[in-house]
Amino acid sequence: MWDLVLGDRRINSLRLVARMWNGTRGIHRLGGAVVPEGNQKKERTMLQFLTNHFYDVEALRGYLLQREMSKVHMKNRFRDKEWIRPDKYGHFSPEFWNFQEVPVEAVDASDCEINYEGLDNLLLLKELQSLLLQRCPHVDDWCLSRLYPLADSLQELSLAGCPRVSERGLACLHHLQ
Amino acid sequence: MIRRVLPHGLGRGLLIRRPGTRRGGFSLDWDGKVSEIKKKIKSILPGTSCDLLPDTSHLPPEHSDVVIVGGGVLGLSVAYWLKKLESRRGGIRVLVVERDHTYSQASTGLSVGGICQQFSLPENIQLSLFSASFLRNINEYLAVTNAPPLDLQFNPSGYLLLASEKDAAAMESNVKVQKQEGAKVCLMSPDQLRNKFPWINTEGVALASYGMENEGWFDPWCLLQGLRQKVESMGVFFCQGEVTRFVSSSQRMLTTDDEMVILKRIHEVHVKMDHSLEYQPVECAIVINAAGAWSAQIAALAGIGKGPPGTLQGTKLPVEPRKRDVYVWHCPQGPGLETPLVADTSGAYFRREGLGSNYLGGRSPTEEEEPDPTNLEVDHDFFQEKVWPHLALRVPAFETLKVQTAWAGYYDYNTFDQNGVVGPHPLVVNMYFATGFSGHGLQQAPGVGRAVAEMILQGSFQTIDLSSFLFNRFYLGEKTQENTTM
Repeated sequence: MWDLVLGDRRINSLRLVARMWNGTRGIHRLGGAVVPEGNQKKERTMLQFLTNHFYDVEALRGYLLQREMSKVHMKNRFRDKEWIRPDKYGHFSPEFWNFQEVPVEAVDASDCEINYEGLDNLLLLKELQSLLLQRCPHVDDWCLSRLYPLADSLQELSLAGCPRVSERGLACLHHLQ
Repeated sequence: MIRRVLPHGLGRGLLIRRPGTRRGGFSLDWDGKVSEIKKKIKSILPGTSCDLLPDTSHLPPEHSDVVIVGGGVLGLSVAYWLKKLESRRGGIRVLVVERDHTYSQASTGLSVGGICQQFSLPENIQLSLFSASFLRNINEYLAVTNAPPLDLQFNPSGYLLLASEKDAAAMESNVKVQKQEGAKVCLMSPDQLRNKFPWINTEGVALASYGMENEGWFDPWCLLQGLRQKVESMGVFFCQGEVTRFVSSSQRMLTTDDEMVILKRIHEVHVKMDHSLEYQPVECAIVINAAGAWSAQIAALAGIGKGPPGTLQGTKLPVEPRKRDVYVWHCPQGPGLETPLVADTSGAYFRREGLGSNYLGGRSPTEEEEPDPTNLEVDHDFFQEKVWPHLALRVPAFETLKVQTAWAGYYDYNTFDQNGVVGPHPLVVNMYFATGFSGHGLQQAPGVGRAVAEMILQGSFQTIDLSSFLFNRFYLGEKTQENTTM
């Protein structure tokens, strides 16, 4: 993090960094951003500035990440509304209950450690159209043989990157016409 | 003499187990030391044959709590569950005696490897369901440190049983029982069959039952090897030898109706080594008969069936070897990847093998056509005359096929009711059976192993109640028979 680029000592220099850092870049590649001239002399003071304002470099990273996430949240919307998220106590707002009757159409369980017994919950969704199980480490041939109840509604099934799926499991996907 | 002194001095088991095995972890190089001592003795006293420290590593231990006769999948499953359910670690010493370590004639390795829940008896369905969950979680049950995880090559393609008009009603009621027990089976009409499997000819088929989940086929060798590794790591002894004699003692007792019964208790098992007359008497508390197709011989050695016919002493174990052939053929236009294991109304069955349009299958012969079980030679004429016509009728694509290879194996066929024998013998009180499954032993092995272990350790069946599979039914004449077409 020591090659963090700061134009000058003012507070809005941090905003400068956040704006240049778009979602495709990782945190560690911040150093690849623009290097304004005259930076070298001010480095020692940059570090002092950093240590004055942030007790921990991790906290700085966290702060930047939060800024980035809030930008991403602004971009993706659920049916032109905000995603429904739990508040700081972990509770959902009462409007959530209005959605009880709405059928679930898509489930994205990528990178999720769902296993054979966990599929019990997904198989109850009778109107599921899209099921994404990419890179799930525990999804194997036995799990694939359980997917036949979704045959009527399922349009899209993604199993890319699942290490335990083999051709024997794919052979039993013929139920999903 | 020294041979008997040494074990007492150095602890039982040193002479038997090789150093550096997982359980002992000795740093002594016992074999090396023994050979050095022998060399020294030879140099001091040339001309003497050194039989003071003979090599007994091939012999079984002299005492063992449980002796399991037969090292196939059922025997190893009982050994596994005994070690898993014992209340204190290392509490029970188990010895598995297997006559043929290459398993060249054992039913396990020669089996087609299918598992299905489409039975009519609830106990059979529960056993198969438990075995399916055992196989699914096999790496949690049979994990051994530093060994790679097991890959059973399970094909979850299901079983399709076809029924003619006269069997349709039985099939419907069976499917109801299966659904009650939790098996996922559905009934299909001939039209649905044709829609789903266009390669099938539904002539003569009134109803079909199709298993959707937990059914298919897997590699039995992998299960056997996995069980063997795990069981060895749990400290079970193995011995390659043949059981030739039981030494038992009898006791006369009166029943509550003042009838005299003679109860026998086996005290010693004589295990004879291969190609020699050397034998080792093993003192034991319990003997388990898991000898598969040869269980009747072991039972006869224990005196089961020696008595006037019609009495309990005179009831023999009705398990005999029956030869069954399996043929592998290649058919490029055959059914595709969605093919389940199809069991036809005529008794012929086939399934897909691999991805290269290969299929394997066979047919159970009728009573008159039973082949001679003395050898495992394949009868190719049987395929030409009795199997192929039925296959070609059911699947027209099979009219052109080419047989690649074939093999034969034994069923441990229960001539009484074609279902397994589990549990203790009423008169020979410490002999337990785990045999006679007549073709579905492999798929029920984990459940049966657990049941026998529970019977031994806790005195009764705890999880699946197999009381209808006890030996008594042969004497009482009550058949627990399947009425499926398989």
